[in-house]
Amino acid sequence: MNEIKKLFSLGVWKDNPVYRQILGICSALAVTNLLMNSLVMGIGLIFVTAFSSLTVSLLRKYTPKHIRMMVEVLIISTYVIIMDIFLKAYWPEMSDALGPYVGLIITNCIIMGRCEAYAQNNPPFLSFIDGATMGLGYTAVLLFIAFFRELLGFGSLFGIQVLGDGFMRWTLMVMPPGAFFMLGIVIWIARNVFPDQTEGGPVNG
Amino acid sequence: MVEINPLVIFVASIFTNNMILANFLGMCSFIAVSNEIETSFSLGQAVTFVLTATSVLNYLIYHYVLVPYNLEYLRFIIFIIVIAAFVQLVEMIIERYFENLYYSLGIFLPLITVNCAILGVSLFMIIRDYNLLQSLLFGAGSGIGWTLAIVAMAGIRKKLKTASIPKGLEGPGITLIITGIMALAFLGFSGIVKIQ
Repeated sequence: MNEIKKLFSLGVWKDNPVYRQILGICSALAVTNLLMNSLVMGIGLIFVTAFSSLTVSLLRKYTPKHIRMMVEVLIISTYVIIMDIFLKAYWPEMSDALGPYVGLIITNCIIMGRCEAYAQNNPPFLSFIDGATMGLGYTAVLLFIAFFRELLGFGSLFGIQVLGDGFMRWTLMVMPPGAFFMLGIVIWIARNVFPDQTEGGPVNG
Repeated sequence: MVEINPLVIFVASIFTNNMILANFLGMCSFIAVSNEIETSFSLGQAVTFVLTATSVLNYLIYHYVLVPYNLEYLRFIIFIIVIAAFVQLVEMIIERYFENLYYSLGIFLPLITVNCAILGVSLFMIIRDYNLLQSLLFGAGSGIGWTLAIVAMAGIRKKLKTASIPKGLEGPGITLIITGIMALAFLGFSGIVKIQ
């Protein structure tokens, strides 16, 4: 139980993949112009990360070391394909809105990072929790950014107009530059709130 | 769909639909490697080469193997395998025949496999229904656009080393904000050409 609590606080808060490890920011920037898109993307990522970690962990004793990266990529792709087919079948509009970014979950370094760093050496259940909480941390940051971008850019939240007609829309917020500024500011705030223990962690992918 | 002139796609993918500044692809290596102009340029060259080649390869495989057998849903797996295999192949060839090039590019090649710009271009090309020539120029243009952005960023970061930046903003934070300003500048190109 303690282990789970620790994983939770690491994934969502202290070791958050987006603002702390700077992983998986491509999609964090691309889908955050609307809250709904971010939520779907986040849920998708939680699903893929959790189940890939679980599978990698289950297979960890049987996977030869030198081909493990390839095996991990294949496992991740399989779950991404499941998600893609599911979205296409039940929610085609969302599938169109997210476009290539669903497929790009494969190259999202959070998943690969968790498989390599955690699932490789830990039992299946804990790996599953670890993957899910990392996904949760990612979703939280996405929703935070999307909240401001949608509110200021469209004057709405989840597509519902909340700011009156008199509100001048900040179109810039829903365009690419707004995404960069918001994420930069989030990282800045996060680094001030949680002063770093070890600067210069791994930045890759 | 409307037939777009391939050259328009080429110019658009460099300026208006820049991979980093408009589509947010390839951010990870963009932030990690944009410290030195020379290394950024080498990485940019490698990315451009791999992008051009894999967009053509993936195009051929998708339209001549996956579509006839109704296997479109396998495209994610196939594309990523093609990219990984191609990168591996290139690495072996240049290690064997072009030793100098290997020392300047070699270390970046494995990094490229996980660069989302590469997979992104292949996926965009399928979604937008490009033909072979359009895909080729889209791949090449995207690579050049990516190189342009990372080299420009490396140049700016060189100057930043002497600037006093607030503590929490150092590193990735300031890089993102500068990228935002660059994206803002690139919005100025948006009148020239338009795709999608």
